[in-house]
Amino acid sequence: MDWMNAVIQGVLLGGLYALFAAGLSLVFGIMRVVNLAHGDFIILAAFLSVVVVGVTGLGPFLSLVIVVPLMGGLGYAVQRGLLARTLDRGVLPPLLVTFGLSVIIQNLLLQIFSADDRRLDAGGISTASIGIAGQLAIGWFPVVVFLAGVLAIAGLQILFTRTALGRAFRATADDQETVRLMGIDNRHTYGLAVAIAFGIVALAGVCLGIRTTFSPDIGPGRLLVAFETVVIGGLGSLWGTLMGGVILGIAHTIGAKLDPAYRELTGHLVFLLVLLARPQGLFAKPVRET
Amino acid sequence: MSLLSVHELTAFYGDFQALFGVTLDVEPGEVVAIIGANGAGKSTFLRSVVGLCASAAKAALFDGRPIGGRPTHEIVTLGIALVPEGRRIFPSLTVEENLLIGGHRARPGPWSLARVYDLFPMLYERRAMSGPALSGGQQQMLAIGRALMANPRLLLLDEVSLGLAPIVVNDVYTRLSTIVGEGTTTLFVEQDVGRALSVCHRVYCFQEGRIALAGSPRDLTRAQIAAAYFGV
Ligand SMILES: Nc1ncnc2c1ncn2[C@@H]1O[C@H](COP(=O)(O)OP(=O)(O)O)[C@@H](O)[C@H]1O
Ligand SMILES: [Mg+2]
Repeated sequence: MDWMNAVIQGVLLGGLYALFAAGLSLVFGIMRVVNLAHGDFIILAAFLSVVVVGVTGLGPFLSLVIVVPLMGGLGYAVQRGLLARTLDRGVLPPLLVTFGLSVIIQNLLLQIFSADDRRLDAGGISTASIGIAGQLAIGWFPVVVFLAGVLAIAGLQILFTRTALGRAFRATADDQETVRLMGIDNRHTYGLAVAIAFGIVALAGVCLGIRTTFSPDIGPGRLLVAFETVVIGGLGSLWGTLMGGVILGIAHTIGAKLDPAYRELTGHLVFLLVLLARPQGLFAKPVRET
Repeated sequence: MSLLSVHELTAFYGDFQALFGVTLDVEPGEVVAIIGANGAGKSTFLRSVVGLCASAAKAALFDGRPIGGRPTHEIVTLGIALVPEGRRIFPSLTVEENLLIGGHRARPGPWSLARVYDLFPMLYERRAMSGPALSGGQQQMLAIGRALMANPRLLLLDEVSLGLAPIVVNDVYTRLSTIVGEGTTTLFVEQDVGRALSVCHRVYCFQEGRIALAGSPRDLTRAQIAAAYFGV
């Protein structure tokens, strides 16, 4: 029963990991840029929620109404003002710039909020649970986060395949020059893509902050989780990202069950195994010749 | 008033100058051809018109409005569509999505998905396929259909016959004559001089970044054209 419980917790945790990973995957998929500050933006969003909760008295869930648009706007500005200048100059400049952003965000957060652990208090829901047969009980909050992850992935999938904006995203990823001939401003499209990614980052940050304590220095760890999730699931596959999150989530909870110290290690081992067996990821579409 | 009026246009790739003061006009309803040897600057000229190559503000007027130096996505929404050299179909999009994105900022006009499918039934049959799954000729039709979806007032075509079998080229040109018959003003680049002359009202011959000859095919002799083409 304990093992069953660990697997269920792992699956639910996968929803959170999918939320961590969706933005990273979106930005990489469209612009071929790995945002090394991705995890720090997740933590920044959690701190933003702390501020919004403090100032407005809203709960952390309702604070999303403010934090999501704020982060989206920040994403657009970061893309247009900073990242856009690094594109078309090879792989290194975007990596250096986002690495710099990571350092800056961590230190800013440290200055403003100190190194203390924080937590977003969502009231009863963070501890309430649903009893299932015998000793099995699952928390409401992990279920809500899992559903948020599924909805975010489904929403992105619909956006990508069914809407004019999604078509523009895919065409821009294909051919930046020709897309301009269609009357599409590729720089604006990139900005919107990063804005959407940051909106999901905001959701991820608030979910993380309700679930566990956080401090300014834990961003890089979330980046690693997001990265492993994307790679396990396969680049370019949104449902793969959800499955990657679930697999990594199960690895973490099973590992923690064996010994709390094995939690991350088990995740890394699964990640390495997938890399060895299927470097393109478990659910990747066949690679296109270009 | 000319629909497109280009005056003393220059274009550079870094330090390399590709166009040296090109002056060219296209009247509404006209079909104008640009011919010239490889590297003469034909593609660069079309790319400059739509803003993919930088040009001076006053160098080009579209319907009397200066378009030089404006961003490409703004220029094309004024009513210019380019079928680029090499077709440049979006590989991640299906055939139908390639057409739909062509109409992303469409102006009102005669062309719609249904009318493009009427003109190119083979695209309708393959509408769910991905772009790269099409043959070269079908891809060229798709690139033309994609441009029509914008309902352009000026259609620019860059070497639509490039790399196609002669029979396919005939097919493409038959359909182009339908488009031109609609009264769509067209400026096209063609390496095949005979074909260009048989289709156009007027022709410009480019040579090393300059216009070496211009006129109506009726008024030009073979010798004049050969001299302008090869620079002998
Ligand atoms: N991207 C580029 N970078 C540098 N030079 C270029 C580039 N594109 C074209 N050129 C040069 O500009 C000149 C004109 O090229 P182009 O306009 O493509 O000629 P055409 O279409 O008539 O064959 C050629 O000398 C070509 O080598
Ligand atoms: Mg050319």
